[in-house]
Amino acid sequence: MIFEAILFFVAAAGAIAGALGVVVLRNPFFSVLALVGHLLALAVLFLLLRAEFVAAAQVVVYAGAVMVLYVFVVAYIGGIEEPLGASAGPLRILGPLFAGVLLIEIAIATIGSGLRAVSSAGPVVGANFGSPEAIGALLLQKFLIAFEAASFLLLIAAVAAVVLARRRRGLEEAGGDTPLQIGRRPAKGPQADDPAVAGTGGEAGRSIDERTPTVAQGG
Amino acid sequence: MTPAAVSWAWLVLLLPLMGTAVIALGWKILPGRLAGYLGTLTIGLSFLAGIATYFSLEALPPEGRRLVGSAFTYIGTSNLNVDLSILVDPLSVFMVLVVTGVSFLIHVYSIAYLGSDRGYARFFSYLNFFVFSMLLLVLAGNFVLLIVGWAFVGAASYLLISFWYRRDTATNAGIKAFVINVIGDVGLVIAAFLILDRLGTLDYLGAFEAARQIPPGDPTIVAACLLLLVGAFAKSGQLPLHTWLPDAMEGPTPVSALIHAATMVTAGVYLIARCHPLFEAAPSAAAVGAIIGTLTLLFAATVALVSTDLKRIIAYSTISQIGYMVLGVCAFAYSAGMFHLMTHAFFKALLFMGAGSVVSAIGMTNGSIDRMGGFRKAMPFTFATFTIGAGALAGLPLLSGFFSKDEIISYTLHRGGLYTVLGYCAYLAAILTAFYAFRMVFRVFFGKPVPEAKELAGGEQAHVAPQNPLTGEEEDTDVGFPGPEHHIAERAFGMKAAMAPLALLAVVGGVVAIPGLTAGVETFLEPTFAGSPYLADRPPEAEQITGLIIGGVLALVGVGAAYVVYMRRPGLAGSAQKKLAGVHALFFNAWYLNQLYDRVFVRPGRAAGRFGRTTVERVLVQNTIVGGATGVVRAGTALARAVQTGYLRAYALLLLVGVCALALYFLIASG
Amino acid sequence: MGIAWFVVLSAFIFAIGAAGVLTRRNPLVILLCLELMLNAGNLALLSFARAHGNGDGQVFALIVMVVAACEVVIGLGLIVAMFRNKLTIDADEMSELRG
Repeated sequence: MIFEAILFFVAAAGAIAGALGVVVLRNPFFSVLALVGHLLALAVLFLLLRAEFVAAAQVVVYAGAVMVLYVFVVAYIGGIEEPLGASAGPLRILGPLFAGVLLIEIAIATIGSGLRAVSSAGPVVGANFGSPEAIGALLLQKFLIAFEAASFLLLIAAVAAVVLARRRRGLEEAGGDTPLQIGRRPAKGPQADDPAVAGTGGEAGRSIDERTPTVAQGG
Repeated sequence: MTPAAVSWAWLVLLLPLMGTAVIALGWKILPGRLAGYLGTLTIGLSFLAGIATYFSLEALPPEGRRLVGSAFTYIGTSNLNVDLSILVDPLSVFMVLVVTGVSFLIHVYSIAYLGSDRGYARFFSYLNFFVFSMLLLVLAGNFVLLIVGWAFVGAASYLLISFWYRRDTATNAGIKAFVINVIGDVGLVIAAFLILDRLGTLDYLGAFEAARQIPPGDPTIVAACLLLLVGAFAKSGQLPLHTWLPDAMEGPTPVSALIHAATMVTAGVYLIARCHPLFEAAPSAAAVGAIIGTLTLLFAATVALVSTDLKRIIAYSTISQIGYMVLGVCAFAYSAGMFHLMTHAFFKALLFMGAGSVVSAIGMTNGSIDRMGGFRKAMPFTFATFTIGAGALAGLPLLSGFFSKDEIISYTLHRGGLYTVLGYCAYLAAILTAFYAFRMVFRVFFGKPVPEAKELAGGEQAHVAPQNPLTGEEEDTDVGFPGPEHHIAERAFGMKAAMAPLALLAVVGGVVAIPGLTAGVETFLEPTFAGSPYLADRPPEAEQITGLIIGGVLALVGVGAAYVVYMRRPGLAGSAQKKLAGVHALFFNAWYLNQLYDRVFVRPGRAAGRFGRTTVERVLVQNTIVGGATGVVRAGTALARAVQTGYLRAYALLLLVGVCALALYFLIASG
Repeated sequence: MGIAWFVVLSAFIFAIGAAGVLTRRNPLVILLCLELMLNAGNLALLSFARAHGNGDGQVFALIVMVVAACEVVIGLGLIVAMFRNKLTIDADEMSELRG
């Protein structure tokens, strides 16, 4: 019991420290690292709650894959150091204020409600509780549709990522002001003066292949 | 079983309506001049139907000559019952014959006169509409239909006066005529209300029966009669509502001939004659009418003495002659008044037609008699007919005007009392009338020929650049302006065909009412006025013949004076004008009444309109009411828009605040 | 340990995450704070799953993790696209929804 309590407090402290680190640290890279620590602390807490599979998934998927993704992006974009206290005026105070309000409300709800619902440690559960076997059974029987929907969502996200990451032709020169339509030439740019090209500015719907020879001649 | 007379009367009424509809709807597909022929045909058939009505009415015994034909019940409530009914009795048949007969001749005239006008078909549909309205007015069997016809006539008058609508002067004249007519309409409608209130019905026969039971002098009836007079004076152009008539000469000459000589302006006289039981029950109102009639008579004669625009002289002459008719019917000499109405229709229309011919000869750019002279040799036919018309107007012995005018005067003198004075004023006016009538003849047709006359005598008609006769501004000859060709009687058969019968009637029209010999008009109209105590009260023959002789002498004196002034001593007119410059100016400006009305009514009205436009409209409505409403909405939406800052985090904050609020609610709700 | 501790801890982390979303300007960090909130939610779910002795909450938490992953992918993709098009990556500058 004591062991559990000590573990709980240590993990809780780690989680809170990580959370605060995310919010307070100025360098986004450090924020990412703080989040990773936070996630690991949370994994310990999950274990305390007899959610072994979820804890494993948290470490492997969340801390392992998603955070790595974050690290990549931060490395690509570069950590832009925000000066402290740079937020918009009222939000500096109102943000934390309302967050605190929410915290107090939930605290009241939890603690002030007589503690009957949440005072106990919960019923005695079998060894199977939280094991992959139990989760798998639930996923494939009771929550089959949610499971399939989640996988569908993952597919969509993957496709979306590809679409978002795709390069648009000619957009680098234009600077990104033109609408993202296939095959439309930007108005500005070195090729706009050419009469063969300028006349094609109004053509929408013509396939790219058709127009390429014209561009080649005009260029 | 509808009597034949009533059926013919419906036909009379409906034929012009059909003409209007056909021409108005089909003018694009009617080829060439067909619209004109069609319009003339309907009026001609209407005239024939009128003759048929006359004969079928005469076939009935005198007591049974008041027929009412009802189409359907227009209003049927417990205390008001109004049918769409026509009253066929001698008075209405008389008016029908005059209206359709003269209208037919004027239509024939118009085919030639407006032959080259681009708005030819429009003109004939308007003319037919006018004749229909006039017939409706005349044949109406109750006050409601009378008011309908009255209003239609006013509308038709407006349409026809501003026929050449691209001329500002014409449209202004049309508006002026319409506004003054509306004043009369208001009087007429309120009079109808009073009659309904006092007599219980709007039907003519019923109302008149009830009126005969009431002792004379009843205040409601007097008020109703005075308001009827207001209506009559607005329509007939009597003081003080006469100012529209001279301006209405902006319309084409056939319009002046038809509307402002023969038909529309006589509607007021017809009204008084029709409502004679009411006027007999309110002798004070009749006296007022007679006085105003006489004043108008004199006033208009003085203005016609010095006016220089040919058509305007004839217009003032119309105002003056209608003063005679009003005097006649208000002195309860109904048949005399109606007789003068008939003869006046003949010679006045003739005068206008002749004037149209002369004005065409100088290219329609000017109507001033200062620019006319010596047309006698160049336009013999016009000269002859115009002189006949002027003679009838002057009352030269044995012409039609002679008999009709002097009959009125002798009746008036016979009436006694106030009317004697009015009778002598009428004699004075007779001299003036003869003078100015022949002033016109001598100025236009005698004297040194103007260049246009010389050209015409040589066989060439003058071609002048089109311009507005009043203001001199240039025009073109497209739609809305007079056409490129100007037709004179000598060259246009249609004009001759119309003027000749009128000249004949102006000469021999008097034979129907020679005192002592024939009493055609009186006998014919007797069934209408039966029941009037004044019917039998006619002056003895000796008095009438004396009156005729005096009238003839006065006419000859007037003509002689005109001859002396304009032919023998040409400088006399000029020097008289200089010596009596003030008087001349007074007469020339029509006693400054136009200017007075302008100051008193038009300018304040215009100022009120401007005030309404700038202050009320702009400040109150636009800025306050409309601007205020939109301003409030705009402010509200601006307030709402302030939330949309575009800041992502502000939106997130709002989300958070919402969640807090929800949590609070659940916290409280759960205990 | 009573479940209450876990729930209160979850609320705490949630509040910190919310404050972070509202206070930081870098969209990357905003997304990170969003992750914090999601994890706090996960923690609460698992606490209640334990309290009821039911595995449903754990499945729910797993699905939440899936959703979070997808959301991160899209969000990061957006940020990268913005960066590549030379658009600013400051949450305050992106105020074209204004008005």
